Amino acid sequence: MKIIGQTWQFENKPVIIGTGTIVGPEEGEGPLAEDFDYIYDNIEINEKTWEKAERKLLEDASRKAAEKAGIKEDQLQFFVGGDLMNQIISSSFAARQLGVPYLGVFGACSTSMESLAVASMIVDSGSAKYVMAGTASHNCTVEKQFRYPTEYGSQKPPYAQYTITGAGCSVVSSEGDGPRVTYATIGKVVDLGIKDPFNMGAAMAPAAADTITKHFKDTGRQAKDYDLIVTGDLASVGLPIAKDLLKQNDVIMDGTVFADCGLMIYDLEKQKYVNAGGSGCGCSAVVTYGHILNRMRKGELNKVLVVATGALLSPLSYQQGESIPCIAHAVAIETGGSN
Amino acid sequence: MSGSNNQKPKSDISTMSSAEYQAIAKKHEPPRAVFKNCIRAFLVGGLICLIGQCIQRFFMTVFDMSTKEASNPTVAVLIIISVILTSFGVYDKIAQWAGAGSAVPVTGFANSMCSAALEHRAEGLVLGVGASMFKLAGSVIVFGTVAAFIIGIIYAVLGIGGR
Repeated sequence: MKIIGQTWQFENKPVIIGTGTIVGPEEGEGPLAEDFDYIYDNIEINEKTWEKAERKLLEDASRKAAEKAGIKEDQLQFFVGGDLMNQIISSSFAARQLGVPYLGVFGACSTSMESLAVASMIVDSGSAKYVMAGTASHNCTVEKQFRYPTEYGSQKPPYAQYTITGAGCSVVSSEGDGPRVTYATIGKVVDLGIKDPFNMGAAMAPAAADTITKHFKDTGRQAKDYDLIVTGDLASVGLPIAKDLLKQNDVIMDGTVFADCGLMIYDLEKQKYVNAGGSGCGCSAVVTYGHILNRMRKGELNKVLVVATGALLSPLSYQQGESIPCIAHAVAIETGGSN
Repeated sequence: MSGSNNQKPKSDISTMSSAEYQAIAKKHEPPRAVFKNCIRAFLVGGLICLIGQCIQRFFMTVFDMSTKEASNPTVAVLIIISVILTSFGVYDKIAQWAGAGSAVPVTGFANSMCSAALEHRAEGLVLGVGASMFKLAGSVIVFGTVAAFIIGIIYAVLGIGGR
């Protein structure tokens, strides 16, 4: 592995040999429904508590990813996971069920790419053959922990985002067929003083723009080298801000499709309750491991840069008037080439 | 604004001040529909009060109660309606449309207690329901009491009101 600035270049190009994506009913009504492995028809995910529901999603996704990778769960050498719950209970409890060595990570909604980057690094360095990366979020666990009780009647502003219910896992391996992880750019914490916890897109946009800028600088690549660059999740407010900031940074985003997972997972016209779009750990995970990798396997996309963004706040920190520190991790996924 | 006098270097993210950024972010922030929200709050809040008035009239005519006697059962009925709507997952949807209209009347107070009780049932009756029920309603009670105390003092000092 080469280290260039903030970027890891994976010389052995770890392969994503299997993915599992499980979502809730609202995501099943969205435009990407066909890309998911399983859609629950109830928001409770047949469980008694929201927390158990989130864990169930992650357990299901991990099982599905192993199955599609064609390996048994006990062949996994590491599970790298995280989520939004206090003390990342969903991942840790899912790891208990999985019974493999576990590294818990936290990057809020950037956890999807943080875990994939760490998993790829473990594989690339030859430290393991099969590593699973995964994360999950549930709309109601997040509402309960960060905002108000789910049934509490308060009006959300139009720039609020809607935490998705879903889990995404991938199995990264040193050999096999599938899209390959070539680079990972690890972001720095950026905080430009946004304090409104509903305004996540605006809070996270600078982190995304910063990581994208660093990624191009470190790798010498340009936007046009990618078929698709997706952030996850800046939604309808944050994405235009990120575009503005990149322009200010003299980063030319022409020649690529610059999109956002939070805008892809829901039909914003029909699903009005999502306001500005989706968010949550699960969002970029299910969109990447479901929709984007499916398109890559079909040959519709060859080079994709996924920039997952996380708001590193806690309910305590914003109640105490602190601004929202944010982070973004970028992972480049490419088709072709073999070991 | 940070006052740099000579040619300022082009501001990228690493050098951008928080004030500069917030100006950019503000530009992209969709405005809250204040006027529309006021109208909706007026209509829904008014409607809830109208329903309350009807219930009160009902108690006054059917059970021959005085205005004062009818007020307690009226509030109780409104609370029950709110709790039922909360439990069926409807109240929060009304609130997204109505804003303050469904938050300010007594039904909003009932919703805040009922939603918290439902949400924290998973943590048990004592530490969950009991301890968390007033999580949102608590501040209403605290500041309601404080406000009543201050108003009471003003009345006592000025010698107005009373019996």
